[in-house]
Amino acid sequence: MLSVEAVSKTFGGVQALRSASLACKAGEILGLIGPNGAGKSTLVNAISGVLKPDTGSVRLAGKEITGHGAEYCARAGVARTFQTIRLFKDLTVRQNVEVAHITCQAVRPEAAARIGVDQLLAQYQLDGFADVPAGTLSYGSQRRLEIARALALGPSLLLLDEPAAGLNEGESETLAVAIEGIRRDVGCATIVIDHDLRFINRLCDRLCVMDQGQVIASGQTEAVWRDPRVIEVYVGQSETS
Amino acid sequence: MDYALQQLLNALAFGAEYSLVALGLAVVFSIMGLVNFAHGEIIGVSAYSVFLAAALGLTSPIVAVLLAVAAAALAAVAFERVAFRPVRYAPTTTGLLTAFGVSIVVQNLFMLLISPKPQSVSILNGLNQMWFFGPFAVSSLQVMELIVSGLTILALVLFLNRSTLGLAIRAASRDFATVRLMGIKANRVIATAFAISGALAGIAAVFIIARRGSVSPDLGFSLVLKAFVACVIGGFGSLAGAAAGGMLLGFIEVGLLVALPQEYGGFKDALTYVIIVALLVYRPEGLLGQRVELGDKEI
Repeated sequence: MLSVEAVSKTFGGVQALRSASLACKAGEILGLIGPNGAGKSTLVNAISGVLKPDTGSVRLAGKEITGHGAEYCARAGVARTFQTIRLFKDLTVRQNVEVAHITCQAVRPEAAARIGVDQLLAQYQLDGFADVPAGTLSYGSQRRLEIARALALGPSLLLLDEPAAGLNEGESETLAVAIEGIRRDVGCATIVIDHDLRFINRLCDRLCVMDQGQVIASGQTEAVWRDPRVIEVYVGQSETS
Repeated sequence: MDYALQQLLNALAFGAEYSLVALGLAVVFSIMGLVNFAHGEIIGVSAYSVFLAAALGLTSPIVAVLLAVAAAALAAVAFERVAFRPVRYAPTTTGLLTAFGVSIVVQNLFMLLISPKPQSVSILNGLNQMWFFGPFAVSSLQVMELIVSGLTILALVLFLNRSTLGLAIRAASRDFATVRLMGIKANRVIATAFAISGALAGIAAVFIIARRGSVSPDLGFSLVLKAFVACVIGGFGSLAGAAAGGMLLGFIEVGLLVALPQEYGGFKDALTYVIIVALLVYRPEGLLGQRVELGDKEI
């Protein structure tokens, strides 16, 4: 579904991405992990069109979406949430979802007919708050609303940037179940960035580990954790090297 | 009684006109963070279109009104396309200076292509009559100004709250970058905002032409300064604030006109601004404004 090839991006003198590549199939949940500053968010920004990469290409279902800008990528089927919540705070909960649904109706009418606004609100336990301003919701509800809004786009690729940040263990378990539900119901490719490795390991089919702008390892979750380079990044230098 | 009623109507009519123009500024500012000082020249383009049409033989006032609104909306969209789009993501000051540039260029075009002197336009004079309600004589123009402004604001509120494009505009006014990530076409939202802003200016232009019976190159400029003040009073970027600020400004001005003895009439503007400064000391964010979260405009 998604194929990112050799994407590089430099900010001033800092190489945020060095020829990063990854792929994610429909129905797959890919974990994107790595230490702070590894380039995970930059890569998500490049995929969602917020940033234009210097070189490399991003293709969604074979279609080139590199460098066309955020609105083009969204219309092509990329939906995302943010590390810091970015809802329209004084619009109501329902209106937040409706804004994304406008695009879905325009470019994917059959998906829009399938995913109703009310249905999404109910699915994410937001139907009781449909008409209150989004900014007044609790933190956990705002996180759920971000995901509901992203799904209202009818995406074929969903990017979740630290969805479990600030959630307690019970809430992040609920979130993990919800994300598995998305895989089952929507069938889109899903990429999850998070620092909570227990959450990542429980949820993801495959992992992609980044460090200093490069993808240093990717593959099945268990296999990746046996990779010496990943161990080095996460545990520190191993004795043999 | 008659006098008091007359002055009340005066205040309401002035206030309504300020509100219309202030709303035009606020609609654009809330989405783009642009203080469009060329808004007065949108009024100017509208007024000169009516002048030219009348000079070319147009006689129907209804067509003239429609032309004024359409020309203003088109001019606003054209200004955006030509001048403001290239500097859309530039710092606020760049937009502000661009707006001043557009304002100066367009005013000079009026002077060069038509005339620096006021030109008489009589096509809309029929709107300005005296109406008699029993013992009261009122200006038809002021009554119409009040009613039309009220209806326009109502239509704007309905559009913003009920239509999908209105919803997109409201979302964009909160967080433009996120709206783009929802796949909403930024150009379309901004062009719509400018068209609305222009249409509001066109409606104001109709009343200005009908009252003055003439057009001049600087016709909109001082009004936009007043509207800017109205926006500041109401809280910049807040639409309700712009409408309320315009009304309040109308009442302050007419109130001072009535309260001041004849020989101190010259202090009207000075005292108006003293009151506004006092108000802003008490509420720096304006009547209905919120503290701006600049973080929302980033990316």
